[in-house]
Amino acid sequence: MTHVVIDPHTFDELQASAGADFVAELVDTFAEEAPTIVAEMRAAFAEGSAERFRRAAHSLKSNSSTFGATRLAELARALELGGLPAHASGVDAVAHELGSTIVALREIARA
Amino acid sequence: MPEPLHGPARLLVADDNKVNRLLLTRTLELQGHVVESAANGRVALEMLRAGNFDLVLLDMEMPEMDGFEVLEHLHADRRLRDVPVIVTSSLEGLDHVVRCIELGAEDFLSKPVNAGLLKARIGSSLEKKRLRDQLGDMVRRFATPEVAEDLQQSGFTLEGRHVHATVLFCDIRDFTALVESQPASTTIELLNTWYTLMFDAISGEGGVVNQMIGDGLMAMFGAPLPLVDHAGAAVRAALEMIDMIELFGEQRRADGLAPIRIGIGIATGDMVAGYTGTRQRATYTCVGDTVNLAARLEAHTKVAGRAILVDAATHAALGSMAGIEPMGPVAFRGKAGPVDVFAITDLSRESPP
Repeated sequence: MTHVVIDPHTFDELQASAGADFVAELVDTFAEEAPTIVAEMRAAFAEGSAERFRRAAHSLKSNSSTFGATRLAELARALELGGLPAHASGVDAVAHELGSTIVALREIARA
Repeated sequence: MPEPLHGPARLLVADDNKVNRLLLTRTLELQGHVVESAANGRVALEMLRAGNFDLVLLDMEMPEMDGFEVLEHLHADRRLRDVPVIVTSSLEGLDHVVRCIELGAEDFLSKPVNAGLLKARIGSSLEKKRLRDQLGDMVRRFATPEVAEDLQQSGFTLEGRHVHATVLFCDIRDFTALVESQPASTTIELLNTWYTLMFDAISGEGGVVNQMIGDGLMAMFGAPLPLVDHAGAAVRAALEMIDMIELFGEQRRADGLAPIRIGIGIATGDMVAGYTGTRQRATYTCVGDTVNLAARLEAHTKVAGRAILVDAATHAALGSMAGIEPMGPVAFRGKAGPVDVFAITDLSRESPP
């Protein structure tokens, strides 16, 4: 059971300004791109590169807030501003939230 | 080229994140603009240098070359300096915003960018750019290339400076009577021909015409840009102007018209040069005693019955030159004492006997 919060106001506004069909495509693009960003975060964590880690988290935060994926944006933001974490649990949490977010976004994008 | 207000503009979106890039491009296209995109700062800069863009939407965090670096490159490039940049970033912290604005960004919009706000900001930036472009066109049309160059390099400042230069005044003799004797269109045509001839002679010697007043004009030699032997250049230009008027007179005589005559006054010395006027309308000019003297000398050509009169400083700078006729001291209005005046009469130019 997921409790993904997509801020309806943000998402509605996005659809209103860019068009519902386009937003559905954009969600697909996000679904393709976001896992590579998470992979980038993992790689940055593995090599201990704080800057690379921050950039990737920043990018994910930016996209999440575009769609109104509030919780994912918060998690990504915490990683962006928190420096290189001591362990990978933060990234795991983001990856998990991302999976649910994509499902939820696809659902409302086609509604 | 007049464009409709907020009409289609050519925009460049620079963002490494595909979702951001697609969304921003889409939003701008829906607002009626022509949009191209770049995935990093280096590519964006190449595209800007290659093409004519009206505005850039710039992300800050990008691989290869980030937005800050792009701003620095744009600022250093005279051709691209005026292209407005709106930063779109989700970087947090006021210091980033301040840095962007200091580097010349027009505005800073936080992501996700609100479409309505984006539209308003782009509209206002494009409008400002259009006004700047129009001002640039006006400057190019009405100012000399030297002044336009000076304006572009210095930005628009009304600051004056002291220069040592030579000023030349010229006008058409008995012009009022001529105007009354012919149709209006003939008068304007005559003036245009006259201006063309005078401009050629003056710029051919490195001078700059900075004022056109009806049947008269003022030219500067040695300002705004320094000129070697500015006094000599002014006198050579004056002789060339007389030559051209003689040729023009022959042509007019052949057409059954009366030839025209001109008077020229030249003075050399220190003066204050700069842009005068307001930010809306300004002209590059020189002011000071030297300028007044040149105008008085020009007026005095009628009294003296000579075409070219110069002051002592100009005469001294010419060295030994054939055909200089001392006219003695003359008392001018606004001058404390009498001033030595010289007529340039011989056309043998710089070849002394």
